[in-house]
Amino acid sequence: MILQAIAFYVFSAVLLASAFMVVASRNPVHSVLFLILAFFSAAGLFVLMGAEFLAMILVVVYVGAVAVLFLFVVMMLDIDFAELKKGAQAYLLPGLGVGGLLAAELILAIALRWNIAAHAVRAAATPVGVSNTAALGYILYTDYIYYFQVAGLILLVSMIGAIVLTLRHKATIRRQNIRMQIARDSATATELVDIKPGQGA
Amino acid sequence: MFFTNYLQHQGLSYAWSWTISQVVLIGVAEVVLLVSIAFWILADRKIWAAVQMRRGPNVVGVFGLLQTFADAMKFMFKEPIIPAAANKVIFILAPLVTTTLAFAGWAVVPLDNGWVAADINVGVLYLFAISSLGVYGVIMGGWASNSKYAFLAALRSAAQMVSYEVSIGFVIITVLLYAGSLNLSDIVRAQGPDIRGWYLLSPLFPMFVIFFVSALAETQRPPFDLLEAESELVAGFMVEYSSTPFLLFFLGEYVNIILLCAVMSVMFLGGWLPPVAIWPFTVVPGVIWFVIKIAIMFFMISMVKAFVPRYRYDQLMRLGWKVFLPTSMAWVALTAAIVVLFRHHVGA
Repeated sequence: MILQAIAFYVFSAVLLASAFMVVASRNPVHSVLFLILAFFSAAGLFVLMGAEFLAMILVVVYVGAVAVLFLFVVMMLDIDFAELKKGAQAYLLPGLGVGGLLAAELILAIALRWNIAAHAVRAAATPVGVSNTAALGYILYTDYIYYFQVAGLILLVSMIGAIVLTLRHKATIRRQNIRMQIARDSATATELVDIKPGQGA
Repeated sequence: MFFTNYLQHQGLSYAWSWTISQVVLIGVAEVVLLVSIAFWILADRKIWAAVQMRRGPNVVGVFGLLQTFADAMKFMFKEPIIPAAANKVIFILAPLVTTTLAFAGWAVVPLDNGWVAADINVGVLYLFAISSLGVYGVIMGGWASNSKYAFLAALRSAAQMVSYEVSIGFVIITVLLYAGSLNLSDIVRAQGPDIRGWYLLSPLFPMFVIFFVSALAETQRPPFDLLEAESELVAGFMVEYSSTPFLLFFLGEYVNIILLCAVMSVMFLGGWLPPVAIWPFTVVPGVIWFVIKIAIMFFMISMVKAFVPRYRYDQLMRLGWKVFLPTSMAWVALTAAIVVLFRHHVGA
C-alpha cells in the first residue's frame, strides 16, 4: 500500500505543479510541454484507480493527437511573448474567480459524495473476471449504444464541416496526377526530332 | 519470480520484494537490449554492404563485431555542442524522451510464455500510446535547436509519423478483433499452436504488409527517411546535435525499429510459438523462436533500405492517407464481419 501511496502523491504533485506551470510559464511552448506532463500524470492516476483503458486512451488521444496539434500551432505562431505577457495581469482576477468557482463546485460535489442528481446511477466497481476494457465495452455497446452512436455522428458531422470549411479547389494550383506519372514511358515522355544542320534549336 | 520468492524468504513483504525484483529485471533487460542493439546496427550495415558488394565494417574486432562499440565510444568522448541560441533544457530533454520512450515500449512485449515485465490487459494500447509519443522527441529536438533547417525537418517528420500512426492504429484493431484481447501474450496464444494459426497466414495478411510499410515510415527508415535524406539534407532535426545526445537519438531509432519488429512478430508471426509444434521444435525455448522472428523482420527492413529508392514527400503522404488508410479501414469492417460470421473457425 505504501508504494501506491508514494505513486499517488508523486503523480498528484507532478500533476498540480505542471498544471500551475502551464499557466505560469513565460514561453507558450513550455506551457504545452507542461500540459503534456499534466496529461501524463493524470493517466498515471487513472492507472492507480484501476482504469487502465481510460489512462491509455487519455495518452493516445490527448497527448498523442491533441497536444501535438497544440504544439504545432504554438510553434508556428509568430508571437511577441513580452507583448503577450503585458496584458496577462488584467486576466488574473477573472482567472482566479473562475478557478475558485470550479474548486468550490468540486469541493461541494465531494462533500455531497457525488449524490447530486436524484436518479444518478452509482459508480460500480468493475465486475470480477472481466477486464476494465471489456467491462467498458459491454456497457458502451449495450445500454448506451444510442448515445455512443450519436457521439460518433456528431464527430463525423464536425469532421465533414471542418473539411468543407477549409477545402478549396483552386484552378491555378498545379496538382500531381500519380496515375499519369506512372503511365509515362519512354514513348510518351521523349520525342526524337531530326534537326537540319545550321537551323539549331 | 524466483527472485521475488528469494527476497520474501529474506523477510521482505511481497510488495517490496516484487518491486525490487521488477527493478532488477528491467535493469537486466535494458542492458541486454542495449548490447544487442550494437549487433543489430552491425547486422544492418553488413546486410547493406553485402547488397552493394562491399565488405562493410570489418576492422574493429573479428568481422567488425566491435565496430558499433567503437562508434559509441567515439560519440561519447566527443564534445557535446549546444548552440548558443538553443533552448537548452528542451534541447537536452529531446533525445532523452526519444530513447526513454523507445525502451519503455519493451515493457509489454512478451519474449516467451510469461516472460514479460508488465503483463497488462491493455498492452496493445500501451504500445500504441508510447509510439504516438515518439513524435515529441522529434518536435522538441527540432524546435529547441533554434535552427530553421532542424525545425522544418522536425515538422516534416512529425507530419509523417502522425500520418502513418493512423493506419497502424487500424491494423492493430484488426488484430485485436481476431485475437479478442488487448493483451500481447493473449494475442500470441490466440495464434497457437503452430504456423497454421499465425495471423500472417490468415485474411489479415494485407494488414501485415500495411503494418510493415507503416513501421518503416514510423521509424523514418528508408525509403521513407525524408527527415534525414542523407544525400540531400544534412541530418534532419538532428542537425545541431552532436556527441552523446546524437548517440541517444541514434540509439532510440534502432531500439524503435527492433521494437516494431518484435511487435510484428507478436501480432502476425506468433511471437514465441514454434513454426511446427512437433518434437525437435517444441524443445527450443520460445525466446529463441522470438529472436529468430525478430531477426527475419529486421533482415527484411534492412533489405528495403538497400534496394528501394526514396519516396517523394507527396508520394509518402498519398500512400499514407489515400491508400493505407482506406484499405485498413475497409479491412476493419471486413475482419469484424469475418469474426461475427465465422466465429467458430477464428476462435475469437
